[in-house]
Amino acid sequence: MGNDTVIRAEHVSKEYRLGVINHGTLYRDLQSWWARWRNRPDPNREISDLARPVEHGDRIDGDRFHALRDVSFDIERGQVVGIVGGNGAGKSTLLKVISRITAPTSGRIGLRGRVASLLEVGTGFHPELTGRENVFLNGAILGMKGREVRSKFDEIVEFAEIGQFIDTPVKRYSSGMYVRLAFSVAAHLEPEILLIDEVLAVGDANFQRRCLGRMSDVGRDGRTVLFVSHNMTAISAICPTAILMENGQVGATGNTADVLKKYLSADESGTSVGYSVEPETLAGQAVIYGLRLVGEDGSHSSVAELTEGFSVEVLYELRESLSGLSVGLQVLAEDGYTSILSLSDPELDPTRLEARKPGKYRAVVRFPASVLNTGAFYLRAGISSRFSIYSVVEGVRFEVVDNVGIIQMLGQSRKPSISALQLPWQVDSA
Amino acid sequence: MKHPDDFRSKWDLVIQPRTRLVNVDLGAVWAYRDLAWTLFRRDFSTFYKQTILGPIWYILQPLLSSLIYLFVFGAIANIPTDGLPPFLFYLSGLVVWSYFSTCFTNNSQVFSKNSALFGKVYFPRLVVPISIAMSALVTFAIQFALLIATTFVFQLLGARVAFSFLAILLAPIVVAYVALLGIGVGLITSALTIRFRDLAYVAGFAVQLWMYASPVVYPLSKVPSRFQWLFDINPMSAPIELLRSLAFGTPIPPVVLILCNLGVTSALFLAGIILFSRAESTAMDTV
Repeated sequence: MGNDTVIRAEHVSKEYRLGVINHGTLYRDLQSWWARWRNRPDPNREISDLARPVEHGDRIDGDRFHALRDVSFDIERGQVVGIVGGNGAGKSTLLKVISRITAPTSGRIGLRGRVASLLEVGTGFHPELTGRENVFLNGAILGMKGREVRSKFDEIVEFAEIGQFIDTPVKRYSSGMYVRLAFSVAAHLEPEILLIDEVLAVGDANFQRRCLGRMSDVGRDGRTVLFVSHNMTAISAICPTAILMENGQVGATGNTADVLKKYLSADESGTSVGYSVEPETLAGQAVIYGLRLVGEDGSHSSVAELTEGFSVEVLYELRESLSGLSVGLQVLAEDGYTSILSLSDPELDPTRLEARKPGKYRAVVRFPASVLNTGAFYLRAGISSRFSIYSVVEGVRFEVVDNVGIIQMLGQSRKPSISALQLPWQVDSA
Repeated sequence: MKHPDDFRSKWDLVIQPRTRLVNVDLGAVWAYRDLAWTLFRRDFSTFYKQTILGPIWYILQPLLSSLIYLFVFGAIANIPTDGLPPFLFYLSGLVVWSYFSTCFTNNSQVFSKNSALFGKVYFPRLVVPISIAMSALVTFAIQFALLIATTFVFQLLGARVAFSFLAILLAPIVVAYVALLGIGVGLITSALTIRFRDLAYVAGFAVQLWMYASPVVYPLSKVPSRFQWLFDINPMSAPIELLRSLAFGTPIPPVVLILCNLGVTSALFLAGIILFSRAESTAMDTV
């Protein structure tokens, strides 16, 4: 055991109860109890006992869902560790347990040094308060003393590039200003251990780069960073080591390139087509429970024909009214992080800021033939609003193939390009 | 790891499943005192930024309620008021009562109102109930000042009321007692509403009924002795009666009642803290 271990997880497990033990209201509990007492069938039985997802791998055991199973690892001082894994693999649960938002069911974690967690930017920001007031509020929520915030205040404002707007209520800020200020507070925390969940994906690219820079500086100062992200570019850029979470267990640990390779190849051998789970097994206000390729004939597939179009289907469920929602889709190259296409559903629709009603939705994006050249690609879909990311599914692999042999038919070879779109040539004598 | 304590001593912080009955780390609460203060300032300034009528409402509400009681319980039911002008009698009772009901109501919603915050960041959750009691203190101070001002008006109008400024010195004791009680009962309710959501509605109604079971609109001295025990176990009877006797020299409640009230309040406060600390570590899984 190295003396420099600052985080040690020993056999950490976390179970959630599905369909909860009671009915959520005293009235129904009494009703059930009264019925049982008279030996009558429980009028509420159906709701909690029968309408349960039948099967979801081996992570469901009776009415329990194993979000984390026997997770153990050691992290040394000064390491910057990325945590990767599919949707519902347990990454966020792990971070929530380490940051003490929820208690583990068994196992234990030892930590050395001051811990700060950043699971969201601008936690507790109040729209009516000014930027200045929110800096103090957010700082205090993140565990800074008033004295500490005061001494770093100028630095925070400068990093955020807010300038004279610091005394304006944040409800008048643009989303960019809001995120910059919120992140700036967090970036000036000086904990020995920093836990970050997916917060960098908001904000503009330039600011993201500066934040990433600051993150790696933090690592160089001898601080330890645990970084959960779907952004593999960011993970490989700032985390030398990574942990892969799979089905609530540690799938791999080690240097980031190897772990990412394992993560991306995990899907290839699978017989499953796309991603599809029971929405009940996912937690969150908005969840994606299906991401699949649909062929021209309407069947799900992981292979698309070069000369035919295909569609991508995103199934999602909203559990509450969320305004400013956007569902996005990305097509990534074979390396898993070079983005080829990035689309978001309400881009052409000005009603995007209206609250969408809770319920299940199916979004379909049509891709015309030959938009993508032959080869392997990855799909990635996400639901986000201005300030938070609700759900991300990625690593859904598909292939574009040329079964018709159109390329050979034309007597050509595959051109080294990502798109095979045929554009008209017009030739005139000059 | 042969001894469990071995692990605990090696690390600054150990995260484990909840094992102990009471899981309150007062040191951590103290370390986050700046947060309690900041949350208090947030509540204070957002309240005054959002409503113009806010502070005036704090003054109007007890005045209007006292006027209605004056009509219903004074003029129609003719309930005596320990020789005090009835208006001052009701107002003094209401000032103490509304501090309790604010502490109680706001604390009973502590998980549902703060779920966004609790789900994203850790801090000792007890900081929030403390900041709620602090915020309610501002209202109490305004209303207590109103009581003093109204007494002066009565004196100017020739009413024979003596106001002892001892009450101002001793009010903090009464306030601290009521805060503990409001936090205790509020936290019990908040922990239970995680399981039973409909309790939130019951709580709102219960607090109204409770007021009529407390000596707000009638004096303890007029309660028939066979009902006296009800007031011994109602922990709000002592603070209301005590503040009145401190300020206006009405009869001091019996020592038995004060001691019984103290016992009930301590029990409720402890129960609240225990239930809250048990609920806080897993509350975010269900809310």
